[in-house]
Order: sequence, then structure tokens, then C-alpha cells
Amino acid sequence: MITIIDYGLGNLGSIKNMLVRSGIKCTISGDPDVIRSASRLILPGVGHFKYAMDTLHERGLVTVIQQRVREANVPLLGICLGGQLIGRHSEEGDVAGLGLVPMDVVAFDRARLMQGEKVPHMGWTVTPHSDIPLFASVQQPARYYYVHSFHFRCDDPHDEIAWAEHGYRFASGVRHGNVLGVQFHPEKSHVYGQQLLRNFAAMDFGA
Amino acid sequence: MKRIRVIPILLLAQSGMVKTERFAKPRYLGDPINAVKIFNEKRADELVLLDIEATAKGRIEFDWISDIVSEAFMPIGYGGGIASVEQAAELFKRGVEKIVVNTAAVENPNLISEIAARYGNQAVVASIDVKKNFWKKNRVYTRGGRKEAAADPVTLARACRDAGAGEIILTSIDREGTFGGYDTALLETVASAVDIPVVANGGAGSVDDFKRAVTDGKCSAVAASSMFVFAKKGEGMLISYPSESELQEQFWLRL
Repeated sequence: MITIIDYGLGNLGSIKNMLVRSGIKCTISGDPDVIRSASRLILPGVGHFKYAMDTLHERGLVTVIQQRVREANVPLLGICLGGQLIGRHSEEGDVAGLGLVPMDVVAFDRARLMQGEKVPHMGWTVTPHSDIPLFASVQQPARYYYVHSFHFRCDDPHDEIAWAEHGYRFASGVRHGNVLGVQFHPEKSHVYGQQLLRNFAAMDFGA
Repeated sequence: MKRIRVIPILLLAQSGMVKTERFAKPRYLGDPINAVKIFNEKRADELVLLDIEATAKGRIEFDWISDIVSEAFMPIGYGGGIASVEQAAELFKRGVEKIVVNTAAVENPNLISEIAARYGNQAVVASIDVKKNFWKKNRVYTRGGRKEAAADPVTLARACRDAGAGEIILTSIDREGTFGGYDTALLETVASAVDIPVVANGGAGSVDDFKRAVTDGKCSAVAASSMFVFAKKGEGMLISYPSESELQEQFWLRL
């Protein structure tokens, strides 16, 4: 059973809609006990990084998520802001994240954008990706819907699994062990996102 | 190649989908859910639902919106009758990504700030409707094109941006439903004045018009309504959306 973590931010209904449509069992919950019993976790999120971290702390979810992911090896997929929260630190609010992936979250470098390119980066972007099970059978060229003003910056390029270009190329997907993060919205990306979520539900993360 | 978003706008009224011309003469077109299913199959970039009766009737049809949104696996904007951040919260919970404000952008700009503060700038879209007056000056109208506002389009667009809107849908009332092409001069005036994306709307009749909205109008995305629900001007209903190759060849690769 996949649990979509509810901390008051993010488009939970859309993620659930897409999972249900794909025949994947899921539940939405902000209850630490339910989250502790989940076999897979999705961390959604839309909005401000600091506000999201403050809320996760207030609801006592930071340590629960960290324990389950680090000690019990529960697979976690972070989506959009949720993908950023798994990092170490964000420039948005200058605050620490969950620290599950060795990366920082940085603002788009506006000096490197071309004329007419605006922030937030908003829209569908063709997204090349590495050949890992998360992207198995995804129709090519894979494209996903993005809305963001900040992006991942990984310490280790080996953790990068997908890329997009907006002014310059940046990592839009990361994997570090059992933790995955995507900057785009698979739940709002037609068949491309549907296949990705199906893969996440079925992927073998090993022991 | 830069992909520019192509956004169908669906108008809701009379418990169904309608289509207007110059904001008048609503023609009933049936169940919006069927249309959304087709746009889903055709992998449309994004959809905007506008309930054109909501402000006048003072209500939002939350359950109906939920039903429509549950069929859409693409980003959804909703506009119509939103007057409080609580209503916006309810819409987000039901699967809407973007809140579209029109009348409230003029009458209660704090609403934009409140929604943006909680959900981010990308979640608030200011919809600005413009009509030329007797002296050919561009004037902003609210309440479904019925009430003239004091601000001119550029001033209002800047105010919405400063309040926290992440995007602007700019509609020419004079062109809406005419298939006669966008008012590119109007688009350019506003798009050049703000640093947030401006979505062209009102008048598109062909993919070529999309191109002009970007090259001449300086817009970041294009929206259309009649073109996606009618076979041609004056003809019967036909839900359509250009194919990926059509958009590439006739639009994106020609920018």
C-alpha cells in the first residue's frame, strides 16, 4: 500500500486520482502511525519550502519519514516541492530539508535564461532520463509538466536520473538508494506520468 | 525547439458546457466531462474551466468541478466566483492546480496575495478581459464583461503581478469567439510590461494564430476555446486539439 503523505500542502487529490486510475492501492494520510505502516511513500508538495518544512516539523512527520526511509528502507518518491524536500537545504527560505539525498535546492540562475524565458519554469518539457526501472516502458520522447522556481543540484552526478532544460540543463530527477525525487508532476503528465507512477509502485528496491 | 503551451478554455454555464461570441450568445454544447475525456486522450497541455455564471449566482459548483477534474490527467485551472482563500483551498483539495481570478483581481486584489502566500505564485492566475471603448482605447471589464474597471490593462496586469499572480490570461472580448485572430497589439502591450507569463486568449482560429501570439504578441502560452469545440466558425460542435506533429511543424519550429 502506498501512502501519500498529507501535511496540508500539495495536490493530493490529483495524485490519488492518477494512482486509482492506474489500479494502484493508495491512501492519503498525515497520521504518523499510518505513515509508519506504509510499504511505499509519496511525498507531494506545492508551495514554499520553508513553510513545508515548518509544517512537517509541527506535525511530527520529519523524524517519522527519516526513520522509515533510512532504517526500514521504505521507498519514497518526492514530487515537485516534495522532491526538493528530500534534499539537504534550500535557498527558498534558507532552511534545512529532510536530508535524505545529498543535494541542495537552488533558485534558477536568471542570468543564464534566454530572452523570453521566465521564472517559474512552467509547462511541458521533454525530459531525457537514465535507463532505470522508474522510467521503464515510458513512451518516448517522454515529456512532463513542470512548475517551479527552484531546482535540484546534486553533489554526485550519479544520483541524477532525469534532466530538463530551461535556460540551461538541470537535474529534474534524482535517486539515492530507496529515495526518488522528481521536479515535475507525474500525476498531471498524461501517460508519461502514469507509467512512472506504475513503475514506482512495482519497482524492486532490493533489501 | 521550445514547446509553447496550448490551452483549451472550457466555459461552464447552464449545468453544461457553452460557447459564447464576444462574451454573449452562449450556445449550449453538452456535458463538459466528455470534452475533458477527449482532451485527455489527445494529451492537451492544460485545461482551464471558467464558470461564467458563478460570480453572478454567487456560488461555486464544487462537486461538479470534482467530477470534471477527476477525468483530467493534465494541469487544471478553474475560475468563476472565487472570493475567498477558503474557496481556493477547497478547489486545490479537489484537484485543481490553478485558481483563476477575474472579478476579484479588480475588486479584491488581496485575494491574489493570500492565495499566493499559501500556495505559491504559480497557483494564481489573473484573468484580464479587455474591450475597446468608443475611442478605441483598451478598457478592462469584470463580471463577465459587464462592468468597466478603472484600471487600464497594463496597470492592472502589473498590479496583479505585484500582488502575487504567477500568470495572466489576457482575453480580447472583441475577438472572443470570432475566429478572427488574436489582438496581437494588445497582447504585446501587456506581455512586454510584466515579467510573468501572459497567455493569449480571444480570437484564435488556426495554429497560425498561435504563432503570431508568440512572435508578435510576445506571449508565453496560447489559449483558445471556439477553435477546440467547433469544426469551423458557424459549424457544428467538434472537440479537437492539434496533434503533436501539427504543433511542431506549424507552430513551435516556426518560432
